[in-house]
Amino acid sequence: MLKKLNRRSFLKTSLAGTAGAALMKGKKAEAHSFTGYDDGLGVLVDLTRCVGCRSCEAACNKEQGLPEPAKPFDDMSVFDEIHHGQKRRTDETRYTVVNRYDVPELDHPLFRKIQCNHCQEPACLTSCFVNAYTKTPEGAVIYNPDVCVGCRTCMIACPFYIPTFRYSSAFEPRVMKCIFCYDTRLKKGLPPACVEACPNEALTFGKRKDLIRIARQRIREHEGKYVDHIYGEHEAGGTAWMYISSVPFEKAGFDIHVPKEPILNYVKDFLSIVPMVLTIWPGLFAGFHLLATRKEKAAQVTQDEKEV
Amino acid sequence: MKSRKKLFSASMALALGAMLSWSPPLAAMDEEDAPDMVQIDILANLYAPVEFDHAMHVEYAACVECHHHTTGTKPSNPDCLRCHENSPEAESVACSDCHTADRFSKKDLEERSEPTNYHIDKPGLKGAYHLNCVGCHKIIGGPADCFECHQYTEAGKKRFNTGEFAPKSTGHSDSHH
Repeated sequence: MLKKLNRRSFLKTSLAGTAGAALMKGKKAEAHSFTGYDDGLGVLVDLTRCVGCRSCEAACNKEQGLPEPAKPFDDMSVFDEIHHGQKRRTDETRYTVVNRYDVPELDHPLFRKIQCNHCQEPACLTSCFVNAYTKTPEGAVIYNPDVCVGCRTCMIACPFYIPTFRYSSAFEPRVMKCIFCYDTRLKKGLPPACVEACPNEALTFGKRKDLIRIARQRIREHEGKYVDHIYGEHEAGGTAWMYISSVPFEKAGFDIHVPKEPILNYVKDFLSIVPMVLTIWPGLFAGFHLLATRKEKAAQVTQDEKEV
Repeated sequence: MKSRKKLFSASMALALGAMLSWSPPLAAMDEEDAPDMVQIDILANLYAPVEFDHAMHVEYAACVECHHHTTGTKPSNPDCLRCHENSPEAESVACSDCHTADRFSKKDLEERSEPTNYHIDKPGLKGAYHLNCVGCHKIIGGPADCFECHQYTEAGKKRFNTGEFAPKSTGHSDSHH
């Protein structure tokens, strides 16, 4: 097998590798100009409307067939829970959680629902080397457990710390995250279960572009009520789930340092080298090795012939 | 003044009548048509129907505060005034005539996508009730806790894992802190 790799075939392989890398480069350029599906759906979360009733959490739990919660969904003591110095987070048993924030300038607590924000250009998707993630034209970022190898890079890539891992199951470990009720609702044009359950319309479902118009109107027509910013319009390159708030977003636990362009843009240059490394390096170094050991081998062969 | 009050009550009657799928004669809007109590059951599923004491609420709020421009009273919000400065009394003043119970359906979303539609941010029926009721209750100190108005149904208890459906296990990750 090794003997067949002569200089000619080595050059051929290298050439094919370079061509492959160039092809991938073309694909990448196309991805760069992608600004999201035009008719993609989303949800606008209005923090001034959320009363912390946890109806969304209960609805999500049933819709997604998640395990029984530790406490009833009408138990408000969960808002006092601190895990490892942090408020509650999404995990393998809950795709969404509501947390309470006590903001000094408000005479009432502020509640924030978190879940996957369904980025326009998701970092989890671009970080996944087996393409387990898909951004659907409807706007959902969905996940295919059949191809996932459990590397958990997506969990590190996500700027919002949303994907979690099912450590509890040794036989079916997989990434667990909100999928926008894609299978059961979104692909039929229906709102996700949490939106349907929200009593106060703190969650508004619609086309992302319409939601931006609605958010602008709401901010404009309630002068002084809202901070003039739609979180998620540009954060992380734009997200399908967006937020408006009466207090600066950092006071409601938002990371305001999330870059305004897709996370992909930061690693794109590096990532474009990866296919090149994967395709060219094996051939290249195998070639070096063969060249370096050729004389030695030839000498060995002649010595063997002499001995015979 | 008295006739104005009478008009308000009559409008209420019409609104509430429509809520109950009861159609009053269009022309005759008398005070006695106004039901004092209204059972709001159109959305009942996880919670039992809500008994709404309309007669009592008339004492606390002007018609316009809940019925906007539909009762023929001039709204105070300048954004409403842009179009509804001289709006006549509407044919029906029922909440559900403008605030759809079918929120976020395809038809509902299509209407909101209309570039000429101003009311792109109109809440659905459930949202309208809660935003209006709880919004005011918080200001004037009325009941604002969920269970001051709502009672679970069996389905509701199941949904919220509460009552006889409360979790029994204690081994979950949440409970060891």
